[in-house]
Amino acid sequence: MADDPQKPPPPPQAADTPESAPSAAPAAPKPAPPPAPKAAAPAAKPAAPSAEHAPKAAAPTGPVEPAPSADAVVPTFITSLQNGVPGAVVQLSLYLGDWTVIVPVSHLLQAAEHLHHAPECVFDYLSDLTATDWPPRPEGRFDVIYMLYSTRHRHRVRVKVKVAEHTPVPSVTGIWPAANWLEREVFDMFGVNFTGHPDRRRILMPEDWQGYPQRKDYPLEGPGELLMESPIDWLKLRQAREEADIE
Amino acid sequence: MFDTSELVINMGPQHPSTHGVLRVVLRLDGEKVIDAEVVIGYLHRGIEKLSENRNWTQIILLTDRMDYVAAATNNVGYCETVEKLMQIDVPRRAKYVRTILCELQRIASHCLWVGTHAMDIGAMTVFLYAFRERELILDLFEEFCGARLTYNSMRIGGLPLDIPPGWDKKVLAFCDIMDAKIDEYETLLTHNRIWLERTKGVGVISGAEATGLGMCGPALRGSGVARDVRKDEPYAAYDEMEFEVPVGVAGDTYDRYLVRMEEFRQSLRIIRQATQGIPEGPIVGKVPRLIKPAAGETYHAIESPKGELGYFIVSDGKSTNPYRFRVRPPSFCNLQALPRLVRGHLVADVVALIGSIDIVLGEVDR
Repeated sequence: MADDPQKPPPPPQAADTPESAPSAAPAAPKPAPPPAPKAAAPAAKPAAPSAEHAPKAAAPTGPVEPAPSADAVVPTFITSLQNGVPGAVVQLSLYLGDWTVIVPVSHLLQAAEHLHHAPECVFDYLSDLTATDWPPRPEGRFDVIYMLYSTRHRHRVRVKVKVAEHTPVPSVTGIWPAANWLEREVFDMFGVNFTGHPDRRRILMPEDWQGYPQRKDYPLEGPGELLMESPIDWLKLRQAREEADIE
Repeated sequence: MFDTSELVINMGPQHPSTHGVLRVVLRLDGEKVIDAEVVIGYLHRGIEKLSENRNWTQIILLTDRMDYVAAATNNVGYCETVEKLMQIDVPRRAKYVRTILCELQRIASHCLWVGTHAMDIGAMTVFLYAFRERELILDLFEEFCGARLTYNSMRIGGLPLDIPPGWDKKVLAFCDIMDAKIDEYETLLTHNRIWLERTKGVGVISGAEATGLGMCGPALRGSGVARDVRKDEPYAAYDEMEFEVPVGVAGDTYDRYLVRMEEFRQSLRIIRQATQGIPEGPIVGKVPRLIKPAAGETYHAIESPKGELGYFIVSDGKSTNPYRFRVRPPSFCNLQALPRLVRGHLVADVVALIGSIDIVLGEVDR
């Protein structure tokens, strides 16, 4: 009797998450109100909609970060970081051969310093610095992601920091000067609050722009009166303005 | 008796030598540049945001519009990233054709670069010569996919169409023509006294500094850093090709020029190997009808003519469009080094240096 329940509990493998994630609501469109109906995937699973009618449950609450399997060999640059900066690695992830290290924002500078200088790491090249936005996530909506590469050892690692909207993120421009423009772009597009940056201004958008275009709650069509349900409304508005100008 | 005052002048965004809508604000002391501020964003179309609202196939077309003088490379980079995300095996034939297209594109892009760069400095003839050869490549592309600039030449999992009959012969014939033409460019420039005076010792940057600034591609290799994604993290069929990565020594404009000239030859070498060795077989791998990668994220980089072109794509596994689409634009990272390069040089050298880092504003601003 006690043996029977042995098999139902599935081993809680984090690698399974793509399947076990709530597969409800057939690909509902993003919260942004689009004027034209988006070609939302011709209902991949026509079963669910009645059962759970959660309107915004479709918005994902975070990236999938599968933990490395037990037999995966943790590379030396990660063990070196774990030993060199205690508390720097809160989570490890391996997906499609890419290692991701999740670092608390309080340890970011120390970890970056270690990754740049330690002889096992020598990540002297900041390939890319970007962010992703997961608005409903409780522990903070932004992932700030650093893609590092070592021209000496030729290995890569992704460093990820999870931050809330106004949490200050220390700038890494002191370690990789390449971060200057990249951080400006992340600030411009997401409004991540970088501190200690030598020149924190918008870079691609105009200086007086309101809002942060790459956020998920920012409409694709842009802000303001242009966001109309139909083009006819827009024409009406323009006409009204022209008439006002004549008067 | 005399007071020295700084002069601030504006260059661009409409200026013939900025290769697009780039604005540089220069602070001058006499004719010497003290500092420069680069203002970009005039060509920002929000490709990243747009891509998050298009399905996976439609994005291929958007990637054409980034580095529009090397559209095929952008297509290949994007498709390979999605293939990595979906773990699709691409047939070897498709990989070979991709390699050929990438290298043809590199030659076309470098032709445009050598022409405009030389014209900026005052050598008009090279421009006309280089565009003549670029035209031959555009003809090859037109025959392959029907377009001459924005190709949309790749599909997730392989190629849209097989190569036309006899196309490989034409590619080989082009290689034979191009061989002689590279020597022709070099006779015009490499030992030209004016060219040497204008490029030697201009914009010197050390390898370590260039790496720190995130420079990539020929601009980084000119400083002696042998970093080439084709060698370090091979994609397409580059692991089966034999080629060398040329590196410079001095890290000045002249060395960056020499590196690109040698890249012409190495590209021809790769094209010859790939064209002669195209295997038979299918051109598309096993691709599901509805492209919808499982939830996950990945970064994949390729070597575009400008440098490391990376895509970081996050899929949520539920919708038919990517959750996050990020491009690591090589021109953007190279342009970042411009203020550092121009400091202390003359105004005329700014023009030479903008040409030397080979930017395309469509990619800088996206």
